[in-house]
Amino acid sequence: MSMLAHDGTAMLGRQLLRLRNNPGLLILTQTMPISMLLFFGYVFGSALAVPGEAYRAFLVPGLLVATASGGIMAGMFQAAQDTHRGVTNRFRTLPVSRAAVPLGQAVADLVATAVGTVPFLLVGLAVGWRVEGSPLEAAGAFALLMLFRFACTWVGIHLGLLTRNEEAAGQLGGATFLLPLLSSAYIPTSGLPGWLRTVAEWNPISAVATALRDLLGNAPVPDGAAWPVAHPVAGSLLWCAVLLGVFVPLAVRQYAHGER
Amino acid sequence: MTSTYAVLSEGLEKRFGQVHALRGLDLAVAEGTVCGVLGPNGAGKTTAVGLLTTLLRPDAGSARVAGHDLVREAAAVRGRIAVTGQDTSIDGDLTGRQNLRLFGRLHRVRGPAGRTAELLDRFGLTEAADRPASTWSGGMRRRLDLAASLVRRPDVLFLDEPTTGLDPVSRTLIWDVVRGLTAEGTTVLLTTQYLEEADQLADDIALVDRGRVTHTGSPAQLKSLVGAHAEVVVPEADVLAEAAAVLDRLTGAQPSFDHERNAVAAVSKDPTLTIPLLVRALDTAGVPLLDVSLRPPTLDDVFLRLTETAPEPTGTTDEKERAA
Repeated sequence: MSMLAHDGTAMLGRQLLRLRNNPGLLILTQTMPISMLLFFGYVFGSALAVPGEAYRAFLVPGLLVATASGGIMAGMFQAAQDTHRGVTNRFRTLPVSRAAVPLGQAVADLVATAVGTVPFLLVGLAVGWRVEGSPLEAAGAFALLMLFRFACTWVGIHLGLLTRNEEAAGQLGGATFLLPLLSSAYIPTSGLPGWLRTVAEWNPISAVATALRDLLGNAPVPDGAAWPVAHPVAGSLLWCAVLLGVFVPLAVRQYAHGER
Repeated sequence: MTSTYAVLSEGLEKRFGQVHALRGLDLAVAEGTVCGVLGPNGAGKTTAVGLLTTLLRPDAGSARVAGHDLVREAAAVRGRIAVTGQDTSIDGDLTGRQNLRLFGRLHRVRGPAGRTAELLDRFGLTEAADRPASTWSGGMRRRLDLAASLVRRPDVLFLDEPTTGLDPVSRTLIWDVVRGLTAEGTTVLLTTQYLEEADQLADDIALVDRGRVTHTGSPAQLKSLVGAHAEVVVPEADVLAEAAAVLDRLTGAQPSFDHERNAVAAVSKDPTLTIPLLVRALDTAGVPLLDVSLRPPTLDDVFLRLTETAPEPTGTTDEKERAA
């Protein structure tokens, strides 16, 4: 375990150095959710039945979760890039704990996400979003968001180690933008036709988005929703446990075995 | 039991789908020596390095590297080897110094900062040390890659075509480092397509062809396996064929032509061939002569003679040599 801690810390250090060497990258990843908040909040929001301010308060937690699901793309791209450039193989020949490389990547991503969320939250406050829940609930919401990001990153790392190709990972990663579209990230699912609503509500993004809105006091839990959305906190925790339970062992195994 | 071989493999096999990349690799590299693994493209050199560095798992056969079983004690092997591959595998987003410190930490080197500074200096990288490695030239990145392998002195260093495509300055520097390493007791296994590199560095050479070691020995021993390189230059193009026929008979080898210079050459299979023998035979056949030469074989000659899959047709290589 101490080997994992030592090597994991070294790998975390590597990823944090990369961020420090390229601070522009961190800022760039945040321009997307901020511009989406402004476009959706003011352009699309003006066409919705709900008042603009209420929709923006609904949208901020949704975009937080949608951005967190981008961990799939980020994890995949980074793992594929390292593999493609031979860095992964280099680490494989070192006497380094097999879990340390993916773990360091996932934890570094978490740090970057936590820091990167701050400007988005400031813009959210500026457009009328408020934390209505207790500080404890707000802390819970943030912890849940980070847990979900962590789980998504592991999904991405596994896929990235499988594809091994930067360009393929970039293409495939683009497709993950579609995931929040079929969820309650941007719209309430109650308006969707029956079967589509079921699909959207079983999307993990819906459970986490609903949990955040509930904990932050931005919107109530919808009536008659599927189980993960009707019990959003338990549903979110379960989803994260399932994703981590499946993809952490897969990613570590894939890292350890390589192309042999 | 302490083995005197740093690398000892028996019958290593590896398949990738339909491709039988290694068909039983037997290799014995004595401790503290440089072994040059030589072979044409696709002979299985890189696959061999992949297996011996635990990146690939053998389908059959066994090997001990630095005294540990390759498969059962893979972690112990990793603790005692270092690899610099064909493609640079350092992190371009980090500076040179950051890269070396990272490897120092992963190898649990005491005082990584001091070791890092020492290596940067030795590889002539101090000036660029604090710029991202992605902005460096290819030669500098390759030097950094090798430096990263030496952060902790390895028992066995694997170099997979370390100087392919490198500038002469970087190449000479890498050669000097490799020579210095064996003096410190490190064993080096080096794959290369450059025969001069093997000649300069290797104590022993293993010639690999189609997934097997076909010949082993010191460069001198391998050269003695083939005779001298004979060349005849004639004044007129119309007697070139006659000269070639004589050369064919005396050397037992297929001659290659250089029509621009009216020259024909062959690597003799007969080590007892001498210039007087050659001149007498040509004179008897009535072939007029401008020049006759016989020089010791180079590793190129050995390589072309002993590998079935020559990288290029013999004539082309000869012409290139003359043009150079």
